[in-house]
Formats: sequence, C-alpha cells, structure tokens
Amino acid sequence: MDAVTAIELEGLVRRYGERAALDGLTLTLPAGATLVVFGPNGAGKSTLLRVLATLLRPHAGSVRVLGRELPKEGWAVRGQLGLLGHEPLLYRDLTARENLRFHARLHRVPAGRTEEVLDAVGLARRGDDKVHTLSRGMVQRLAVARAVLHDPALLLLDEPRANLDPAAAELVEPLIGAASGRTRVITSHDPAGGLAEADLALGLRGGRQELCAPARQVDTAAIGALYR
Amino acid sequence: MGAAVNALLRKDLRLELRAPQVVPAMAIFAVMTLVVFHFALQRRAVAGELAAGVLCVTLLFAAMLGVSRLFVADREEGGLDAVLLAPVDRTALLVAKALALFAFLALLEVVLVPAFVVLLLEPALAAGALARLVLLLALADAGIAVVGTLVGAIAVETRARDLLVPLLALPLLLPVVIGLARAATPLFLPAGAGELPVRWLAVLGLYDLIFGLVAYALFDFLVED
Amino acid sequence: MLYGKRLTALALLTAVTVTTGFALAFFYAPMDADQGFMQKIFYVHVPMAIVALCGFVFGGIMAVQHLRTGEPRWDLRSYVAIHLALILGVGVLLTGSIWARASWGQWWVWDEPTLVSFLIVFLLYACYQPLRFSIEDRDRQARYASVFAIVAGAFVPLNFLAVRLAQAYVHPRVFATSQGGLPPRMALAFLVCLVGMALLYVTLWRYEIASKQTSFRLRALKRKLGGDDAVGDRGRSAAPSLTA
Repeated sequence: MDAVTAIELEGLVRRYGERAALDGLTLTLPAGATLVVFGPNGAGKSTLLRVLATLLRPHAGSVRVLGRELPKEGWAVRGQLGLLGHEPLLYRDLTARENLRFHARLHRVPAGRTEEVLDAVGLARRGDDKVHTLSRGMVQRLAVARAVLHDPALLLLDEPRANLDPAAAELVEPLIGAASGRTRVITSHDPAGGLAEADLALGLRGGRQELCAPARQVDTAAIGALYR
Repeated sequence: MGAAVNALLRKDLRLELRAPQVVPAMAIFAVMTLVVFHFALQRRAVAGELAAGVLCVTLLFAAMLGVSRLFVADREEGGLDAVLLAPVDRTALLVAKALALFAFLALLEVVLVPAFVVLLLEPALAAGALARLVLLLALADAGIAVVGTLVGAIAVETRARDLLVPLLALPLLLPVVIGLARAATPLFLPAGAGELPVRWLAVLGLYDLIFGLVAYALFDFLVED
Repeated sequence: MLYGKRLTALALLTAVTVTTGFALAFFYAPMDADQGFMQKIFYVHVPMAIVALCGFVFGGIMAVQHLRTGEPRWDLRSYVAIHLALILGVGVLLTGSIWARASWGQWWVWDEPTLVSFLIVFLLYACYQPLRFSIEDRDRQARYASVFAIVAGAFVPLNFLAVRLAQAYVHPRVFATSQGGLPPRMALAFLVCLVGMALLYVTLWRYEIASKQTSFRLRALKRKLGGDDAVGDRGRSAAPSLTA
C-alpha cells in the first residue's frame, strides 16, 4: 500500500448511456495535497467525485485511491473517505444528533465523537432539533460534520462552501480546509479562490481532461477558457 | 454486520415512528378493504375458504402500499449513498429493510386480524387457532418481506414506482397467496378450528428460503453502480 | 455473430422443419377420437409453451452472465430471449384458450395447472419491458432488468410447483392427453413440431440480435465521424444499447 500517493488515475472512463461522462482522465495526487477540479456544469466534476467515492464503477482505465484498486478493493477504502456532495445525506425527520449517531454507528465511530463534531460546527445547541427545522447553512454545516465524523484520510467535496456565510465557512475551515491535513478533492466554480487553495488543478470539459497541472503553473484565464 | 443491521433498522423504525406514513396507511386501507369485501361479496360473515381468501387478499394488497414506500424515504434524502459510503456489507441493507417491512406487516396485522374477526369472521377465533394463525402469518410475512424488499429496491429507481410495485410483486407472491389461503382455511371452519396443513407450511417455508437466497445473491446488483 | 450465409442456412432449416412438422401433424398423425380436428392445435400449443418457458429461463441465464461480466451483449441476448418468449407466450395463451374451448366448451379452465401457471408467468414477464422503459439510466436499466430476469426465472419452477399442488388438492388432474402414452405417429409429429418451434425461436433470436448489433455499429460509426450530434435520438425503445 503506497502511503505517499493518495489518488492515481490512468485513462479513467465512465460512460453515461452512450456518452462518456469521463473520458480518459490521468493524474496523480500525493497524500495531503489538494486537487481542485474546474469546469462548466456537466463537465463531469461530480461524476469524478462519485467514482473516487466508490459509488460509481469505472468503465475503463485504472483508479487507485489510498493505494487500493477500485472497484475491486472499494470495500477496504470506504471507511477512509468522506464525501460532501450536493445532497446533505441527512434524514429530515431525525434530529441532528440522531443523524450523526446513525452515521457513527455505520462507521463504527464512538459516540463521543458525535458530540465533538457537532460542537466543532457550532450546532451543539441545535443538536436535538429535527433537520427540516434547520436553515440551509446549518444543514450544510451538519453535512460537513457528517463527512468528517469518521476522520477520513481523503475528503471529496462538491462545492463545499455553497450555502455557507463567511462566519460559517470560517467555522468549518479547520475540518475541511488545508489545515486539516487531509488529502482533498474539491470542485469549484471560482477560478481565483480555487487556484489559491489548490496544489493541483484539473480542468474538465465534456468529460475530457483539458488541463492538469500544479496550481502555480495555471492562471485564471486558463480556467476561464474552460467555460467558453 | 449485526451492528450495521441494528443501526439501519433502528433508523427506519425511528423514522416511521417520527413521521408515520406506512403503517397507518396500510392499516386504514386494510380495514377499508374489509368493508369493501362486505359489500362486494354481499355477505354479513364469511367462514372457511372464503374467510381465508378475504384475509389473504386484504393482507397482500395492503402490503403493496408498504412495499412502495419502503425505499422512498432514503431516495428522497439523497439516496442510499450514506449507507453505501460506509464500510458496511450491502447485505446488511437487505436484511435491515426486510426486517423493517416484516415489522410493519406485523403491526398491520395487529390491526387487521382483530378487525377481520370482528367485522367479517363468522366462527369465533379461539386462542389455539389464533396462535396457529400468528405462526402462519409469520411465515407468509417473511416471504412478503423478502420479495417486497427486492421489488421495492427495483421499483424505487423507476418512474412509475407505484404502478410497478403491484405488477411485479403480485405474480411473484402468488405461491404465498396459495399457501396462506390454503393453510388458513382450516382455522376458519365453522365447525371448529382444525390443524394447520403441514404441506402448505412447507411450501411457504421453501418459498421463503428460495427467495431469501435469490435476494441475497442479487441485492448487491441493485444498489451498487 | 451470425450474418449472411449462416443465418440464411439456419432460416432454411427452420422453414423446412416447421413445414414438415405441420405436414405430419395434419396428414400423418391420426385424428384424436374424442376431440376431433381441433386437437391438432396441440401440435402448435404445447411446443410453443415448452419453447416459451425455456426461452424465459434462457433469458435468465443470459442475465446471470450479464451480471457476472457486465458486458452489454449479454443484456441484449437476455432482452431478446425474453421478448421473443413473451410473444410466443401470447400465442400459447390464445391457442390454449381455443383448445380449451374445443375440448371442454369453455374459453378458459382453471383445472389445467400448466395453463394457469403459464398465465401467471406471462403476467410477470409482461412487466419486463415496462420496467426497462421506466428506468432512464441505461446502465441501471440493464442491471435491474437482469436482476428481474433472474428472479422471474427462479420463480417459474416454484410457481409451477405451487399451482400444481393447489390444483391437485381440489381437482384431480382431469387432462392427461399430452403427457405419456402418445401413440407413435402422434409422437413423431409432435417431436418434429417441437424441434421446428425451437429452431424458429433460435432463428428469430439470432436474427434480431444481428439486426440490433448492426444498427448499433452504424450509430457508433456515425458518432465517430460526426460527433455526438450526428446521431439522432434513439426514440422510444426498451432495448438495451450496445456501446461498441
């Protein structure tokens, strides 16, 4: 198991019907680094995240996440991944605490951790409120809590700061930001902000890899070109 | 895997308790169906084969409602991703859902059986016969739960979910219908309840076993992408 | 896959066998004493039923292969097998009804467990295409259809057992003509008709698969030459698509 490389893609293909949602992606991401994925809607950003999360099987090419080959060894790596997608993956009729406890049981995480994480996102006082009573920002914070509950080595974040005001964004930063020490893959529509955060930048358009380079070698104009 | 099944089952039961959708709907529908039978069959009371048939049909059609709703809560809250992302065996999901459906059916029967006895059954139901009926219903419910989970998982991803569930489930459940109706008939005889015919209990048991194995083998393919 | 000459040869063989079978049934086999001329429909009805049921199970086996390998061609084979068996199934129910009318004076009889079981199986498989239609994601559609084909395939024997048990309990088997004790001339005619029906099924199966594969290759070529836009919408079709 290679502890230095977090993600290794080689010619990854994932089809959707007759089209290719991802068409031959190749990249290497070292552990602890941040990959930011840019591209217009429909470019395949969310698909890439879902493939890395072991939710979608690659149709061709090879994918290695945290040293494990997908999809064969997906079961081994699941516990070390944290996904924050468009859906918060929370049950609206359960309380915040109940939701986290449910995920904690699935991931075999001790109960104390739920309180710790709830507190870290500033929802300790709203813990016993049902999710459908929480504002969108709070739901997003709770989703972040859910994603980091089991202390994953790799974070997969699909536009994580959507629905978060600056105060809330600051609150979750230590959990999902660069300082957290985790390897991260983030999708972003913000060229400047995204590049500032990234170690490696990936540009997708129509499923194809238009650019993939260390962030310092990429400028915002190149990102902008993806959208044209 | 036991811990995962436990967590999943508790979640489903808690959700149903918190926002009851499935069980009340099934119970009310079942009682209404008994009323419909009264008028449709134009009888004040039924016994023997007719009684077994009425109970069987009512249970089955009410169960269809439960099956339709089984995976809907998960799908509306973003799919089964949360469970699929956890280091949990997919079979745990199958077992938890089947157990949840079984529990819902049991709760349904707590309402249905007394209503049936009071509204339509001609001979009185003695304690011994009731015990035998409970055993029989447990076997039938196990079959409905397994097939229901499978069909529910297939149907939840389709556009015409509520239509497809009965179309897929009813033919598949026909052996359960036959077994349940035949086995329950002696319990409702006007002359006095008889013994359960072992042959039909065996058929139900065989059905539960075979479909249990089939579901176990195929469920992964329904939830994995 | 089969194209051109081999498919033609198979088709010819089928035509010859089927014609021979019918000729034997009409001219060679003796008239049944009780049922008269209408009994001849048995030479169509029973082979159709046997081939249809085998077709359903065959579809289930193809589906197992599809789930095991993930290759779309198995899904196509499974789809065509079931869809043809379903068409034969309509024929079985119609001829069965005509036969029932000729033999017992009613358009339907519950006493014949094989016919009843067949009706149930038919109703189940009739959901196969609607199921495919109602799932938009092609990958998922293929997978779910395969799961369904396997469940239904496993169901077929269980269903026959349950219905047979149910009937035997109440009505002793009234009807015994088609099994056991067929006079040799009838048996020969029956056998040839059975083989003919089986060949017909296989020929149609191969023909339809070849036809679909050709049209998919055409689409793939069009896409390669003109991009995604050059290829028109597939329109309403429950059939699986092949990507290569």
